[in-house]
Amino acid sequence: MEPVIVIEHLCKRFGPNIVLDDFNLVVRPEENVVVLGKSGVGKSVLIKCIIGLLRPDSGRVSVLGQNVPDLGHDELDRLRAKVGFLFQSNALYDSMTVRKNLEFPLRRHWIEISQDKVDAMVMEALENVGLAHTIDEMPEELSGGMRKRIALARTLILKPEIILYDEPTTGLDPVTGKEISTLIVEIRKKYHTSSIIISHDMHCVKLVSDRIAVLVNGKCHAQGTYEELGSSTDREVKQFFE
Amino acid sequence: MIPSAKFRRFLGEAGELSAFAGRFFSQAPRPRFEWEELARQCYTIGYRSFPLVGLTGFIMGLVLTMQLRPSLVSYGVDSQLPVMVGVAIVREIGPVITALIFAGKIGSSIGAELGSMRVTEQIDAMEVSGTNPFKYLVVTRVVAATLMLPVLVILSDAISLYGAYIGVNIRSVTSFSLFFRQIFDSLSFGDVLPAFIKTFLFGFAVGMVGSHQGYHSSKGTEGVGRSANSSVVISSILIFIIDLVVVQVTDLLGLN
Repeated sequence: MEPVIVIEHLCKRFGPNIVLDDFNLVVRPEENVVVLGKSGVGKSVLIKCIIGLLRPDSGRVSVLGQNVPDLGHDELDRLRAKVGFLFQSNALYDSMTVRKNLEFPLRRHWIEISQDKVDAMVMEALENVGLAHTIDEMPEELSGGMRKRIALARTLILKPEIILYDEPTTGLDPVTGKEISTLIVEIRKKYHTSSIIISHDMHCVKLVSDRIAVLVNGKCHAQGTYEELGSSTDREVKQFFE
Repeated sequence: MIPSAKFRRFLGEAGELSAFAGRFFSQAPRPRFEWEELARQCYTIGYRSFPLVGLTGFIMGLVLTMQLRPSLVSYGVDSQLPVMVGVAIVREIGPVITALIFAGKIGSSIGAELGSMRVTEQIDAMEVSGTNPFKYLVVTRVVAATLMLPVLVILSDAISLYGAYIGVNIRSVTSFSLFFRQIFDSLSFGDVLPAFIKTFLFGFAVGMVGSHQGYHSSKGTEGVGRSANSSVVISSILIFIIDLVVVQVTDLLGLN
């Protein structure tokens, strides 16, 4: 099967700071790939290049067969409807209710859905994360774990083929972190999604990963399953598993 | 001579703000139009600012009258008090003071709100969700500020004149109709029109500066505070610059 994401020779720098330097990665259908790396090495920059929020300096970022940097505004918008993005900070619109937050991705001008269908989609997405009762609440009234689930529900509302998770368990207690990790596994099973998960929470990594890519000095330093990398003698890889 | 770093930073900021305004004019006329958000912003920016603007307007009219009276009495022209207060409020003090209060309340609020949305990635989330965040957040706020400030100035002027009427009646007795007839008889087209037009420019400046500072906010919560603060400072300075330019232009056009 054709890979859903192909990243080739990706380079991105901010001024003199080289963040991604000839980075390569392939994600296959229904595969969960974890990108592991220390804070500030450019993991979030990588997924922002994939979704088109940042423009790479050079290299290819092919998503579902389309090279993201080459896409025009409308093409990029249509591609983004197939790619969900869970932000590290959840990025819930705090002036809107949970319902309005979930309806927001459906505002695209080329999507025509009746209000009944919108209501059904919102309810389904909320039921998937077990929070249907919060539909009319404001994000500030919810706990950190609930906000993360609502953000995940918003990501799921258009049933994306690919989901990019930016540190999904950061800032959560271990129990809630495990619940979110389990949810990520269930979503893949239910919707057959492919995912890139940015994380350095090793409990989450163990639970959700099919494959792990270790990002060091802007390059994909090592790749393998949790077990393969766990037994690696490479100093850069080993430090995450100690 | 090489310009200092501060001057270069000022030029850079001015260039960025001009480019931001250019982006506003290029995107505002294009669909999709965010009517619902515009109405919400008009309510927040206009209606919710009314109590503050009304209260300050009332005090401004009252105090101005009480302060002017002794000087006019010493020249024996205290009968001209309504005319002086009326012209001062309608032409200058009403629009400028209301715009400065507006900059403090709305400029800082837009700067802080957009700044906080920037640092919590809500603006990125909007972009990923297929909504143009510039149109949804910036265009609506700038248009609402541009439309609402003139309305607030008219209301503030009216309340201010009422405050002045009470101020006049503290030490003497003047009828309501006489007081306002004196004011309206003394006001000409050249007094009202430039004052009204400049309120649109003030509103645009406050909306634009607040949005620019917030939209380009960085460095976390510290950056949000800085965006709110600089929104007020820059828009207040711009209000005085616009006022100066409008006065010069109306003078050249013979409207003064």
